[in-house]
Amino acid sequence: MASFVHRIEVHYTKDPRLKTRTDRIKSLGFPVDELHLTDVYTVATSARDFTRDELVQVAQQLVNPVVQEFTVDEATLPLFDYAIEVGFLPGVTDNVGTTARQTIEDFLGMKFAEGEAVYSSQLYFVRGRLAPEALRALAGTLANPLVNRVRTKTREEYGHTGMDRVLPHVELHELPTAGPVDLELDDAELAKIGKEGILDPQTGERRGPLALDLAQLHAIRDYFRKLGRKPTDVELESLAQTWSEHCKHTIFASAMDDDVPKGLYKTYIQAATNEIREAAGDRDICVSVFSDNSGAIVFDDQFLVTHKVETHNSPSALDPFGGALTGIVGVNRDTIGFGLGAKPCINIYGFCVGDPDAAVPLFRGKDMSNPVLPPRQILEGVVRGVGVGGNCSGIPTPQGFCYFDPRYAGKPLVFAGTVGVIPRESGGRQLSEKAAQAGDLVVMVGGRVGKDGIHGATFSSEALDPKSPVTAVQIGDPITQKKFSDVIVKEARDAGLYRSITDNGAGGLSCSVAEMAKECNGCHVQLDAVPLKYHGMAPWEVWISESQERMTLAVPPENLEAFMALMERREVEATVIGTFTDTGRCVVECGGAVVMDIELSFLHDGLPKKQLKTSFKKKTNPEPETPCPERLDEALLAMMKRKNICSREYITIQYDHTVQGGHVLGPVQGKGRVQSVATLTKIVPGSKKAVGLSQALFPSYSEIDPYNMAGAGIDTAVRGLVAMGVPPDTIAILDNFCWCSSDEPERLGQLKLAAQGCYDFSKIFGTPFISGKDSMFNDFSGFDAEGRKVKVSVPPTLLISSIGVHPDAGKAVSMDAKIAGDLVYVIGGTKEELGGSEYFARLGSAGNTVPVLDAVAAKERYARLANAIAHELVASALPVSHGGLAVALAKVAVAGRLGMDLTVPVPDSMRPDYFLFSETLSRFVVTVAPDHKRAFEQALGPDAVLLGRTGGSRFRLTARTLILDVAVADLETAYKAPFGRY
Amino acid sequence: MATVRRNIRRPVAVPKAPAAREPIPEKALIMSGYGINSEMETKEVLARAGMGADIVHINDLIAGDRSMADYRLLVFPGGFSYGDDTGAGNAYANRVRNNLWDELQEFMDGDNLVLGICNGFQILANLGLVPAFDKTYAREIALMPNRGGRLECRFVTLKPANENLWTKGIERIYCPVSHGEGNLSCSKETLQKIRQKKMVAFTYCREDMSPADGEYPFNPNGSVEDIAGITSANGRVLGMMPHPERAMEFVNLYDWPLLKEQARREGRALPTESLNMQIFRNIVAYFS
Repeated sequence: MASFVHRIEVHYTKDPRLKTRTDRIKSLGFPVDELHLTDVYTVATSARDFTRDELVQVAQQLVNPVVQEFTVDEATLPLFDYAIEVGFLPGVTDNVGTTARQTIEDFLGMKFAEGEAVYSSQLYFVRGRLAPEALRALAGTLANPLVNRVRTKTREEYGHTGMDRVLPHVELHELPTAGPVDLELDDAELAKIGKEGILDPQTGERRGPLALDLAQLHAIRDYFRKLGRKPTDVELESLAQTWSEHCKHTIFASAMDDDVPKGLYKTYIQAATNEIREAAGDRDICVSVFSDNSGAIVFDDQFLVTHKVETHNSPSALDPFGGALTGIVGVNRDTIGFGLGAKPCINIYGFCVGDPDAAVPLFRGKDMSNPVLPPRQILEGVVRGVGVGGNCSGIPTPQGFCYFDPRYAGKPLVFAGTVGVIPRESGGRQLSEKAAQAGDLVVMVGGRVGKDGIHGATFSSEALDPKSPVTAVQIGDPITQKKFSDVIVKEARDAGLYRSITDNGAGGLSCSVAEMAKECNGCHVQLDAVPLKYHGMAPWEVWISESQERMTLAVPPENLEAFMALMERREVEATVIGTFTDTGRCVVECGGAVVMDIELSFLHDGLPKKQLKTSFKKKTNPEPETPCPERLDEALLAMMKRKNICSREYITIQYDHTVQGGHVLGPVQGKGRVQSVATLTKIVPGSKKAVGLSQALFPSYSEIDPYNMAGAGIDTAVRGLVAMGVPPDTIAILDNFCWCSSDEPERLGQLKLAAQGCYDFSKIFGTPFISGKDSMFNDFSGFDAEGRKVKVSVPPTLLISSIGVHPDAGKAVSMDAKIAGDLVYVIGGTKEELGGSEYFARLGSAGNTVPVLDAVAAKERYARLANAIAHELVASALPVSHGGLAVALAKVAVAGRLGMDLTVPVPDSMRPDYFLFSETLSRFVVTVAPDHKRAFEQALGPDAVLLGRTGGSRFRLTARTLILDVAVADLETAYKAPFGRY
Repeated sequence: MATVRRNIRRPVAVPKAPAAREPIPEKALIMSGYGINSEMETKEVLARAGMGADIVHINDLIAGDRSMADYRLLVFPGGFSYGDDTGAGNAYANRVRNNLWDELQEFMDGDNLVLGICNGFQILANLGLVPAFDKTYAREIALMPNRGGRLECRFVTLKPANENLWTKGIERIYCPVSHGEGNLSCSKETLQKIRQKKMVAFTYCREDMSPADGEYPFNPNGSVEDIAGITSANGRVLGMMPHPERAMEFVNLYDWPLLKEQARREGRALPTESLNMQIFRNIVAYFS
């Protein structure tokens, strides 16, 4: 424990953010006059104290004297009514504190010893009178009880002494050793171990869910019976990690019904890719699929481009900021861990959250205890988390979406993806290939290991319930990661210093080392060597901890000196923690004793096979009964304001999408700044080529028709790229299944249909899946405000992400209408397909007819359009998606700040509103220069229907009569209204 | 119909990129490490302008493996050094001041140039290399958090406020900003001196080149008098928040698809590089 504690408080003399901060809190309904902020550094040492002079000099290092003032061991005394201090709980990553510590060390030429630290906290001064509940609620919006400590004082309590000195120091006294676990128990007791965890002999408490079912526990028991001993807790925890749904994807791997004996993944996803690759022959774009941390396709003769999309749902439900931050920096490591190390060059994101303006209170505990964060707070947290992660890492984040549905209120979905670039070869080595060899050293690089994220992998395989462990929360440290990312990808890789690399994600060392051990058939790890954040961790915790910002590498002994010297020069911590072997075993030692010794074959393949049963029954929903209005002006304006259609530009501009200098077509386009559905980015300096990215999801179709839901996702993700001119035969896709209640046959029935859709449609398009991920239990079980049990499950959600290579960025097409007098076309016919549409949602009925994909026709159309764009015949193009034709046309008009006067070919059999808002797939809105009319129509054939021209300032649609006439400016206002104040 | 055909077939006139010249012998040192992240594109843009550069990790300078004396241009590129903790650029500036101060002073005393972009400008400001009214290098300006309280990434239009070695021949810059702390603030006296000594290099303005007058989003951060970048008193140091190096090509510009359509309809040739290159060409011209 530190004996010397000093407090430095820093504030702006004139805070530029005061108004924004105050306005934001006011907009959440708190009657505050002003909310001031002071940064606090608590310096805690034990070996030596600092003189007052030293502390003043230290403070000067931490402030900008032009605009800031500080106090040392004295309370800041502004005018205020309440003070709220928010700091971190013990053991939570404190990046600001770490930077301050490094600055002090550098300045005074000293090193902080074990147990000494700088802790950062934020001290808010509230001006205004608040009722006690309001004050508590305000503290609740400023802090998250799972990661933060909060102390509130009134002006009187604060007095002249100010806030208390708090040291969030981790205090763990003993070093618990590994112990045997008795599995010779009855099934009820065994099941308890699986569900709630190993009974800790010291605390008498369960250690947290292993998420092992009875069949798996029987298999483990039988294995150790044969060995004639009990498993250790390290072995059991390790098996639980490796066999988790998160790591082994048991639901996608298990036999299903009688017709899918090999499981959904092999039968539908992998098979589609294999068959597409075979059919493509020499034109196969895939280089590495499903086997590595990311998938990779061809960029050009010299480079490959990689892509991977992850989810980080459960952690983001508990700590939205930390969860999303960890999600994005985690998937960055899937890029650094591809082959021998790809450079992360584009981040993408996706958020599915509840309605931020209509929170329904939910609680994890009875009697309104342990409340679920409201959607608005979740949204703000995840938006900030992805931003900080990408921005601090110097990776542009141009591409993303935000989708709202009340069914995401219990558990949000947070998607994070990273594209990487890697040369095919360096120094005669194929960089996409790697293999550890027996004798190579196991080297852990990056951050230290703490209790963070313990049971993260098993936990995300379980539904969120009151017993969810709080240690599942982690906060990332992007700068630590940036440091090793730079040295690995920009220096060590091309110096050929290591033979294999993978990231430490779910399951920590237990998964990364055991995974790499497959390459050489064995490993021997010394847990005592693993650098820890604090003492007192049990061996099993060190082995499975998910502390962030770590990679595991296989370094040949002859390169060790050079490797370690390079890491030291870049101030990156690297530690040899063992040796790769060829013994066929995974052996772990700690404190001189062997705490784990099992065969790799059992660890990786001992998992008992499951047989899953599914069922599916099509439900019938009521159709809407609202008659068609004569004029649709109001309807369109209302559609433009729908949260799944309107502008979420406020997110886009917080994300650096220009770093690395490759911006070609960005997240907002045109004078009117409309959000695009696809983006184009250069990733290799000097090359004309660029990488196109898009994403699509249709959760509102899932309950009606999961098969065609999958078709809609694939079609729309591919179409987004084609609209920019990306040739369809360069496009690959990724799948992310986020399902719910995957132990119910009905949900599995929907899953099976969606997987079948993936197979059928990707095959016809010829777009291979190169990577995928699933998260099967996105359910919340808890209580409502009346204490009644509720279960909130996400709608079955399939995100399709697409990646393609544009051969010539200079010929790419943006979405905005460009020049008055241009011709406006719709490409592709419109059917009455409004089931699950945004329009039906507005009318309050889901309907039954979701869009059905005619993939054969679509494929031909996409080739034609890509060809027309390659010949520079198209001035703008936008896919028709959520909200249908009228919304797409309006977006093109708003983006170009140009009016349109159009005649829409509504068939007699269809209501005009249904025609305008139907979500029929495979359609585009394009504008064409009059000079190119003939050539364009020849290129597209009868698929292209001329609707009229751009011009003026009004958006006018005529069917049999004039049905709509609004100012483009009003459409823009409506489009930007809902999130205008966020 | 004939017209139609001709228009379709007419190749868009693309002037060849300026023939790659031999780079000048003077070299640039581009700082890296601790979360600096724009070093690669900065090296690329200088190479295109005709100047070779080495990206050097700050620790290699501290260790003495590399020396500033071997270079004529020192660049602090953009990034998020130390995650902006303790104030953007502050921690990296401390590392420079606490370890490289003497070497840096010597470099400053020579006929050398220093460029800081975004995080680099924040580092320069914290080091006192701008405004640097004298050799005490006092901290005189601050780049405070944006008025909007969060990072802003968008294209901005800049106007040169004074002609100097950096702004020569430039009428307009159109490039992204991407920062959370670019809100320039200083005392009235300092501002007065900066104005008097014609040290304002660029100001934020509207699309029609009229002053932004502090109005968001033209002035994206609330910076005093719309200041986007300043030089040192002796003119040899430039710090600016916007990123010209991130929009070196025509197709990097926010509005290039519209500009391209307009040019094609009028039969005008399309540029390959952007107007922003001129800043870097001016650096090369200074040494040539």
